[in-house]
Amino acid sequence: MKHEKILRWVHAKLFSSWTNTLTTLVILYLAWQFIPALINWALVNAVWSPLNASDCREAARQGACWAFVADKYRFILFGTFPADQQWRPAIVILLLLALCALSAWRTVTRARLIAVWVTGLGTIGWLMWGGLLGLSTVENERWGGLTLTLLLSTFGIAFAFPLSILLALGRRSELRLVRWFSSGYIELIRGVPLISVLFMASVMLPLFLPAGVSIDKLLRAQLAMILFAAAYLAEVVRGGLQAIPRQQEEAALALGHGYWQRIWYITLPQALRIAIPPLVNTFIGFFKDTSLVVIIGLFDFLTAIKISLSEPRWTGFGVEAYLFAALGYFLFCYPMSRYSQTLEHDAAPGRGFSQLREL
Amino acid sequence: MPADTTGKNQTARQIFPPRHRAVVYQALLAAAVVLTAWYFISNAVENLLARRIASGFGFLNREAGFEIGETTLLAYNSSDSYLKALAIGLFNTFRVALPAIFFSSSIGCALGLARLASNWLLAKLASVYVEVIRNVPLVVQLFFWYAVITESLPAPAEALSPLPGVFLSNRGIAFPTLTAEFRIALDYPVLSGFNFSGGASLSPEFAALFLGLALYTAAFIGEIVRAGILSVERGQFEAARSLGLSDRQVMRFVILPQALRVIVPPVTSQYLNCTKNSSLAVAIGYPDLVAIANTTINQTGQAIEGIAIIMLVYLAISLAISSLMNWYNARIGLRGAKS
Repeated sequence: MKHEKILRWVHAKLFSSWTNTLTTLVILYLAWQFIPALINWALVNAVWSPLNASDCREAARQGACWAFVADKYRFILFGTFPADQQWRPAIVILLLLALCALSAWRTVTRARLIAVWVTGLGTIGWLMWGGLLGLSTVENERWGGLTLTLLLSTFGIAFAFPLSILLALGRRSELRLVRWFSSGYIELIRGVPLISVLFMASVMLPLFLPAGVSIDKLLRAQLAMILFAAAYLAEVVRGGLQAIPRQQEEAALALGHGYWQRIWYITLPQALRIAIPPLVNTFIGFFKDTSLVVIIGLFDFLTAIKISLSEPRWTGFGVEAYLFAALGYFLFCYPMSRYSQTLEHDAAPGRGFSQLREL
Repeated sequence: MPADTTGKNQTARQIFPPRHRAVVYQALLAAAVVLTAWYFISNAVENLLARRIASGFGFLNREAGFEIGETTLLAYNSSDSYLKALAIGLFNTFRVALPAIFFSSSIGCALGLARLASNWLLAKLASVYVEVIRNVPLVVQLFFWYAVITESLPAPAEALSPLPGVFLSNRGIAFPTLTAEFRIALDYPVLSGFNFSGGASLSPEFAALFLGLALYTAAFIGEIVRAGILSVERGQFEAARSLGLSDRQVMRFVILPQALRVIVPPVTSQYLNCTKNSSLAVAIGYPDLVAIANTTINQTGQAIEGIAIIMLVYLAISLAISSLMNWYNARIGLRGAKS
């Protein structure tokens, strides 16, 4: 019985008509041509151990050179953090992942979630900087690698999100000046590429500060990322706010609630619930965008890989290195993307395509 | 928490009515914005004086003094002005963004249709493509394509030739062009020394940026096309079939006109993203507007003016593309309906 069912599926999905059969055959032929070669290159003939790095240089090399990753993994994960202290960024990575997982867990209440984030980020700051309770101080020039990518994106979201709510409320405000200011800001930021905002932070901001005051490079880049993300998030939050029926707010007004009470207890909880899937999609876009700091020379995951490549021992293995970088980013983005798709599906079964990812 | 509707709140409303409050809040916001701006500007003026950096756009007429790798159509040398260098940068931005937009639209349509295909393998293949491309940052993809071209392709002497007269090598892509000197003929690229001469060629930087942008944007457009087609009700399809229209006619006259209305607005923002993303050229050394403005800033120190130029140009491009697409959207929209 089951056998028959499978046969019927194969017939319907692969061989139902002439064109269908032809498509199947062409794809199978291509797969037969490329997949074995790919497996041979990436796995069978690959060089894995940095001890035989010289094998990578052989003229007759048939496989990928993963020895590069094996040799540089500490640098790629932690940057130049002191070797004996690298357990600290390791814990930070785990803590950041735990924070994100906790936020995805739907039963945690809002107040508790805020408290967990504040303590979590505080602990992370202490682990990275040190200087308190027996931890040695580590300057932020030595932070780097995957740790820095995760720090930039999590702290970025944590600060951009509240700011974006204010901007979204401002754009719908009854006060004309507040409305103009918020719309102007959002449209300006969304109209220019992120690079120009990062350049602004790295070369223009120092000119705007009084003599003697300087903000370090990492903080400036973080600031730029926050200001950039807030504009995009604000539009998503505004979408959520617009979906709330007017009567909700009118009813709250009739009960005598003031503006902030209306927002905090009535409108925002409903609006954010609607906006979660597109918010997660914006987070994914933001996480990917942190890779642009490579252009202003900040030491994130991608920069660490790029710098490792410039070592004479490892020049010329760009294909392997960037495939590895791609895999690294994919491992973070894909689960988030699946999560947002599940949420959408739960909210509107059968209409899984209602929210489009734009970033 | 119910609000306090009696006593204190009532008196507060009488002493300080909402209308006055609105004026005060807005005045406070305006004051904060003006003060911050004034603070920044006065600091900037002081810093510029202290560092002896000129201000204003006078530098645009000065000699740029740097070479630009790619100057198709417009002649340029290092003794030309900064203004001309920036104009070439802007031209290079369009030179990569427009073809990328065109190709990503075609690939995107094909992807959207493939994801809805009745063939399971084809649909799966398209969805794997979309998931992989969308979940990897564009910069990583650009570095990857650049590495593939410069490291994996052979030197010009052993160039791959997939079509007669077309050569793929680590120096880029060389292909024949039409010439009309005595008669119309094809001018084939010929290997001379370490590179090709004759015909036309695309640099590895251009090729990597174009490929990366087109393939990246296509994944997003593919999803939009798919959602647009799915948004047309099934009944429409069935009704058109029962009127005796063929599959192709159903698509052409019934599904597509309705799907386009859903597709155009999000595709507009993808075109904008594609143009803005072309600024990542600076990461792989393609001389687009941002790369040239960056060099200008490094040479003159006039960061404020340089970044203002970048921002103004991109804002203008954004406005132009969105008004063009709004016009198109109004044209394909429902007659008589407000969009």
